[in-house]
Amino acid sequence: MTGVRPAGPVDPPGAEPMVLARGLTKRFGDFLAVDGLDFSIGRGESYGFLGPNGAGKTSTMRMIACMSPATSGTLRVLGMDPATEGPAIRGRIGLVPQEDTLDLELTVLDNLMIYGRYFDLPRKVIRERAERLLDFAQLTERAHDKVEPLSGGMKRRLTIARSLISEPDLLILDEPTTGLDPQARHLLWDRLYRLKSEGVTLVITTHYMDEAEQLCDRLAVMDHARFAAEGTPRELIDRWSTREVLELRFGPDRQEAAAGLLEGLAERTEVLPDRLLLYTNDGDAALTEAHRRGAVPVSALVRRSSLEDVFLRLTGRTLAD
Amino acid sequence: MPTRTPAAFRAISYFAYAYKRTWRGSVATSFLYPVLYLTAMGLGLGTLVDHHAHQVDHVRYLVFLAPGLLASTAMQIGGNEATYPVMAAIKWLRTYFAMLASPLDVEDVLIGHLLWIGIRVLMVSVIYLGVMTAFGTVLSPLALLAVPAAVLTGLAFAAPICAFAATQENDTGFATLYRFVLVPLFLFSGTFFPVSQLPGWLQPVALATPLEHGVSLCRALVLGQVRPVTALADTVYLVAVAGAGFLAARVAYRRRLVT
Ligand SMILES: Nc1ncnc2c1ncn2[C@@H]1O[C@H](COP(=O)(O)OP(=O)(O)O)[C@@H](O)[C@H]1O
Ligand SMILES: [Mg+2]
Repeated sequence: MTGVRPAGPVDPPGAEPMVLARGLTKRFGDFLAVDGLDFSIGRGESYGFLGPNGAGKTSTMRMIACMSPATSGTLRVLGMDPATEGPAIRGRIGLVPQEDTLDLELTVLDNLMIYGRYFDLPRKVIRERAERLLDFAQLTERAHDKVEPLSGGMKRRLTIARSLISEPDLLILDEPTTGLDPQARHLLWDRLYRLKSEGVTLVITTHYMDEAEQLCDRLAVMDHARFAAEGTPRELIDRWSTREVLELRFGPDRQEAAAGLLEGLAERTEVLPDRLLLYTNDGDAALTEAHRRGAVPVSALVRRSSLEDVFLRLTGRTLAD
Repeated sequence: MPTRTPAAFRAISYFAYAYKRTWRGSVATSFLYPVLYLTAMGLGLGTLVDHHAHQVDHVRYLVFLAPGLLASTAMQIGGNEATYPVMAAIKWLRTYFAMLASPLDVEDVLIGHLLWIGIRVLMVSVIYLGVMTAFGTVLSPLALLAVPAAVLTGLAFAAPICAFAATQENDTGFATLYRFVLVPLFLFSGTFFPVSQLPGWLQPVALATPLEHGVSLCRALVLGQVRPVTALADTVYLVAVAGAGFLAARVAYRRRLVT
């Protein structure tokens, strides 16, 4: 944890939340994609939806972005009703969709100019903002290049820059860094921190634990259209995992036997295909005890609990599954 | 200090920006086609026709043909702009979704695109009329009204084709549309010869197509042979087709874009 950022909403109690959902539900035909979500996102907060593919994250984002009507439940965005005030709400939010919607044949700058026109900003204002945003996205040198040949990270940064052209109060980012290399991801995170420090409310979906831990004040762990848990990363770890984890590798055929040998040693044991996870508040003590019981692991590692462990606990599988 | 541009007009700015990339080729083509067609069909074929038939509808074949080609070209531009570009905006570039993330609504997106198509037909028609004037086929100042008539013809095709395009998963349906609808209409809707030359049973079919009404209207205006009732009927028919197409497209766009 960074410990520097404030956790939770920074609004005074009682202030109108940026997003408020009660029983928010989305069906596609008979298929239930989002099943009765309750959540509230405060001004200046950065809120994450963490979950595997198909959990319903994008469906939820599209409802918040007023691009997809809720099937039932209530939703308020910026204090307004998406069903009747969609255009007004969309005028004040920025969306980074899961799939880029850039015009690949046009230049970087033209993409910003066009998008600004959708918001009815005067050309002069767009041009001024575009200059700043290109700098922010480290794309100034590419301003007059076509989008097509840009790298994935550059396109993503352009999409983020574009979503900021209207200076939104609320920025929705659907898997902003999926498919990017680590360097590109870190650059993006840095840009998102900056936005956050400027007071922009962020709503982020991801299936990367480190991203969620890095960027989000509060998280909802989503699985099968529902919330499995919600809270700050620290709260989630405290509530759903132990302080430390002992990871032991035995090799595939000795895994089960070892699990039997170590039974009852930790508060909880997870048997993964490639390793055993022993959840305990004292990993070193657990390792000593494992050795005493005659376990001979190929490798042993004591680490602090992470969101990955929370996720495993809540859903019974790792995110990579 | 935002200005207050109607939302549909803001959508046009996308198409205008995208057109910046190809306008030179597009304008050159808009000149080239009428010159080629009027030379080959009008002068070449026309000489032959005039020699044997001594004029069609009391005018030289070139003069008869030119306004028909104007209306057909309007149909073609309307069709071209409502097929692949619509598919691109839905699937390939997903431009519509970029628009829908902004304050624009589905209706704004559709109207904006149709207005752009109207502008494209307008540009092409103005050039066409210019070339026709150079070929000496314009017999009346009323010909200026053939430009809006051509735009209306273009939209009478564009609107229903937008509706069709929004229901398609890929572009194979467009080839079918060209093969079985647009090309036959081009050949049999009075562009190249009067519908009265068709076999009796085919004549009502030809008369029911929007292109026949577009051709009839443009020809009457360019030749200065306007019969008010016919011209009004043609106009009403085209407006009705464009309007029905718009309503269908609105439903199709909503279904496709708002899920
Ligand atoms: N337009 C749609 N029509 C039918 N099913 C859909 C549609 N959009 C999403 N789904 C389904 O809803 C579920 C949740 O999808 P999504 O919200 O995209 O999840 P995530 O973003 O968490 O991967 C998936 O099973 C997906 O197939
Ligand atoms: Mg998704």
